[in-house]
Amino acid sequence: MGKFGKEFAKGLILSNPVFILALGLCPTLAVSTSIGNALGMTLAVVIVLLGSNIIISAIRNIVPNMMRIPIFIVIIATLVTVVDLIFQANFPDLHQSLGIFLPLVVVNCIILGRAEAFASKNPIVYSIADALGITVGFMLALLMISFLRQILGTGSLSLSVFGIDINFFTLPILREHPMVIFILPPGAFLLIGLLLGLFRRMGVMKSE
Amino acid sequence: MNELIAIFIGMALINNFILVRYLGLCPFFGVSKKVGNAVSMGIAVTFVMSIASLATWLIHHYILLPFDIEYMYIIIYILVIASLVQIIELFIKRTNLALYNAFGIYLPLITTNCAVLGVTFINMVENYSLLGSIVSALGAGLGFTLVLFIMSNIRERLELADSPKSMKGLPIAFLIAVLLGLAFFGFGGMI
Repeated sequence: MGKFGKEFAKGLILSNPVFILALGLCPTLAVSTSIGNALGMTLAVVIVLLGSNIIISAIRNIVPNMMRIPIFIVIIATLVTVVDLIFQANFPDLHQSLGIFLPLVVVNCIILGRAEAFASKNPIVYSIADALGITVGFMLALLMISFLRQILGTGSLSLSVFGIDINFFTLPILREHPMVIFILPPGAFLLIGLLLGLFRRMGVMKSE
Repeated sequence: MNELIAIFIGMALINNFILVRYLGLCPFFGVSKKVGNAVSMGIAVTFVMSIASLATWLIHHYILLPFDIEYMYIIIYILVIASLVQIIELFIKRTNLALYNAFGIYLPLITTNCAVLGVTFINMVENYSLLGSIVSALGAGLGFTLVLFIMSNIRERLELADSPKSMKGLPIAFLIAVLLGLAFFGFGGMI
């Protein structure tokens, strides 16, 4: 179980997909306008990544080396189609707000990257640990960014996704005068840039 | 004609792929350190986008719609783009070696570039005509190239700038993207 835990834990900080590897930036910035969207995207990524890691790890010994990338892409695209249809049927609002970023999970570098770097070389159990760790790391990064963006950009924090509707708190002055820029793209760039700089300053990440 | 111009300007400037739609961020931060590389990457992306839009439009209207299998679009589109990139790479390698050396190495990267798949999805969602799809791909690609070109020029000078140690490289590039994004908001009221 030791190695399982290790493969899981490395995804959280040491090889956090967003902050350390700078992978999957497009969906991270696009869906981090509210924590509800962030959680919805995480659910999509966990289903696809877990499925693709398990399948690719299971067939890793029978896949010809030359054909592996097209095979991985077809497996991932199939899983994304499944998730797309499930979301469309069950969570139409979420499907609407994720927009084209839900089908674009298929070209998310995190998923193909883990298939190529990990699942195609390791047994199923560790591939599951790797998928879960990377997803939790992705979720932490997404939640951190969307938490800040939603508070600064709307002046309140509420979660409405999967039929849940909770309003955590509303800030008095920020509510009337929200900093709308944080909901817009430049605000996302600003937050990520400052967070990256902060992490490097604190020594969590290496500077260049 | 007016509609085509509106599509072009909308895709290139108002809804710029990088700064407004958050598409193609990996090459934006990865390949923007040198002007030459950035422009080659931009041209390669524009080229693949236009051909991919043409191919996916034809497949969508003559195969997916008649057989009522639109739900297969994710798998079909990614396979079409992956094979197209391979064919273009082989073709350029055989016919024009200088061109291949100039941007051949960027072609494999384009397969997993969300901007190319993104433009085909947007064409499908917006239900553009064949000509409209190609114009929108051209606009998206040229807007992408423009931003990549501006960014790479700034970053070349940034190498010499005295920025704080922890902000060097990626973090400062994000902060520049903020200023570029704000500047591109100025195009907002054009149409």
